[in-house]
Amino acid sequence: MMAQTPTILEKRQLSENVFCLRVSAPLIARERKAGQFILLSIDGEFGERIPLTIADADAEAGSITLIFQRVGMTTAKLASLNVGDTLAVLVGPLGQPTHIENVGTVVCVGGGIGVAPLYPIVQALKAAGNYVVTIIGARNKELMILEDEMRAQSDELIVCTDDGSYGRKALVTQPLKEVCERAEKPALAVAIGPPIMMKFCAETTRPYAVHTVVSLNTIMVDGTGMCGGCRVTVGGESKFVCVDGPEFDGHQVDFDGMMKRLQAYRNQERQAMTDHENHACNLDQAYRAATETK
Amino acid sequence: MSHPTRDELNARAVAKLAEIGDAGASLKPKERMAIPSQDMPAQDPDVRRNNTSEVATGYTEAQALLEAQRCLRCKNQPCVQGCPVAINIRDFVTAIADGDFQSAVNTIKQTSLLPAICGRVCPQETQCQAECTLGKSLKDPMQSVAIGRLERFVADWERERGTISVPEVKPATGKKVGVIGSGPAGLVVAADVRREGHEVTVFEAFHKFGGVMLYGIPEFRLPKEIVRREVETLKAMGVNLVPNFVVGRTRKLMDLLEKDGFDALFVGTGAGLPNFMNIEGENLVGVFSANEYLTRANLMRAYEKGRAATPIAHSRKVAVLGGGNVAMDAARTALRLGAEEVHLIYRRTEKEMPARVEEVEHAKEEGVQFHMLQNAKRILGDEHGLVTSIECLRYELGEPDASGRRRPVEVKGSEFEFEVDTVIVAIGNTSNPLIKQTTPGLETTKWGTLVADDNGQTTIPRVFAGGDIVLGAATVILAMGQGRRAAASINQLLAGE
Repeated sequence: MMAQTPTILEKRQLSENVFCLRVSAPLIARERKAGQFILLSIDGEFGERIPLTIADADAEAGSITLIFQRVGMTTAKLASLNVGDTLAVLVGPLGQPTHIENVGTVVCVGGGIGVAPLYPIVQALKAAGNYVVTIIGARNKELMILEDEMRAQSDELIVCTDDGSYGRKALVTQPLKEVCERAEKPALAVAIGPPIMMKFCAETTRPYAVHTVVSLNTIMVDGTGMCGGCRVTVGGESKFVCVDGPEFDGHQVDFDGMMKRLQAYRNQERQAMTDHENHACNLDQAYRAATETK
Repeated sequence: MSHPTRDELNARAVAKLAEIGDAGASLKPKERMAIPSQDMPAQDPDVRRNNTSEVATGYTEAQALLEAQRCLRCKNQPCVQGCPVAINIRDFVTAIADGDFQSAVNTIKQTSLLPAICGRVCPQETQCQAECTLGKSLKDPMQSVAIGRLERFVADWERERGTISVPEVKPATGKKVGVIGSGPAGLVVAADVRREGHEVTVFEAFHKFGGVMLYGIPEFRLPKEIVRREVETLKAMGVNLVPNFVVGRTRKLMDLLEKDGFDALFVGTGAGLPNFMNIEGENLVGVFSANEYLTRANLMRAYEKGRAATPIAHSRKVAVLGGGNVAMDAARTALRLGAEEVHLIYRRTEKEMPARVEEVEHAKEEGVQFHMLQNAKRILGDEHGLVTSIECLRYELGEPDASGRRRPVEVKGSEFEFEVDTVIVAIGNTSNPLIKQTTPGLETTKWGTLVADDNGQTTIPRVFAGGDIVLGAATVILAMGQGRRAAASINQLLAGE
């Protein structure tokens, strides 16, 4: 019941910029369901709170798995932490869990880092008795994650890369279209990845009237409905991703508006990254200077 | 407009006190009425709009002694009826006049637990000071005894001397009470229930304790150190404080009751779901709820550029929509973050504004431009989705509505547009839906607030509620009053077992 300091138990680098952390969080591990996310912050005083989807959890071990891409200052700092380091803030599980039921055939599409949040949904859909066709894609072979895990949980796995360096040379929308055209049309599509990928997945399934769920990762502060910074337009109405989502009907989401909102702090984020890198650089130089004089 | 400095105000008070001499206790009502009302010393507007330090610096001792002499010491004490928690105002003000500050604090604390906070943020002019006989006699409610400023003075006096005593806790009863939310209602319940010897655990969703007093009310109006001290007092009383815990998500409310051994729960989760106008352009980049803007600035410390990792808009021209305290806080925060122009847009007139009079005055002095009888119609943006301007409509006042305020009616065809890069929507909050969504059987009203009786009892046995989750968006003092009643109910329930 009492707060325990979330501690990093395991760290793996999945590709140049993608990291996997297993963190002690017994309460979250116990309660979490597929589709839910957490908010974390590295510094409790001046840190930024960022949302990350829970990629996996082990209730017995009391740990959750987070997979993230190093894109901004907070994820860069997170990537620099090691086993034994602690997080100042780890709160969750947040958001509505994925609605899981046996609908027959489902097609699950994950792009890039989006494969991580898709994984627990594939697990749950499979466990519910669905025939699961999973499509995972990345820009190149180096960026492909969780292939073995996905293969183990899917009835079919289609792997593709943008550059053809691994699996099929295709965007994920191509196999998705083919799956939609099968005699056994899927009853549900789940697409998670970069906003532009989710947008085109939704456009791909629309003519086939395949219900398509997308999971949105917007800018958040509290994650409990208090700030409204995460709002997106869905079916003409404002929805809060943190309490109404994170999953929505992909055919209703205003992806263009959402993508613009995701850019809100781009300049400040860039500046922060530059400052962060210069700082690291300076440290590096100072260190070298200090060791060279010895 | 130049303001007398704190030293000047103090010197005047000292001189007047000397004039009164030993006659203080025996002044006649007419003589008390003739004592000038004491202005609150404040940072100079041009200085303070560039810092985050507290604007009102508090009465000097001489000012407090003199202001307290203005009280007519009415037998019927109308001011007490105006106070949501019925503080024994006449007695504490008289104690100040007598120079017995400790006794004044003790009197306040019989009924109010957070005087340093309420003295700063209560809307006194619509509560105790609205009923004050002195204000009525002088035909100006702003000439009432400055009860709030006196309350703050003695609370600060006690804190600065380091003599805040930790309330006594009775022997352990073995009963467990959970408090959900650490805002004003929750803190008060924690203190009152802990005093009876029950084990108390406070669950807070954020990483710091204090709720709206931390994320919402800015430092320049309520220094966070004061909130921190109140939380420290709870810790010293043995209250368990659990941050980063969202009841409903991290643990279901009913699990706390049925599986984790809690004997009673208090829900004080506040009005945490911002309202928007539902107008065109509201999801453009540069449109914020006041909650988001203030949380970024206050809780996440975005005003400390270079230290805080949380970004905030670098605004040049800001429109704030709304006329309450939150709107004033957002407008004044925008100035402090470097905005060149801040326009406050309100669809009624200044008279109908729900904000505290002092906050309105302070905002004006700092340069916030007030636009009354106007309302936003749509927000316009560029091809990147960034706000470029706002289109407003003019309004006029019509017949009174259900709230008794005259209903604003739009003037057809009065649209006009002006350039802004940021729009902050401060038109109120509805109740946070998280606990309701995850707790079957917990009934809500059509406004989404929890159904609770006068004792704070909800529709689930052993679950009590108070503050904004029951009231809708209200005030710190009303939340505290509800917390005290709910705590009494909880203590009564547990005593009988």
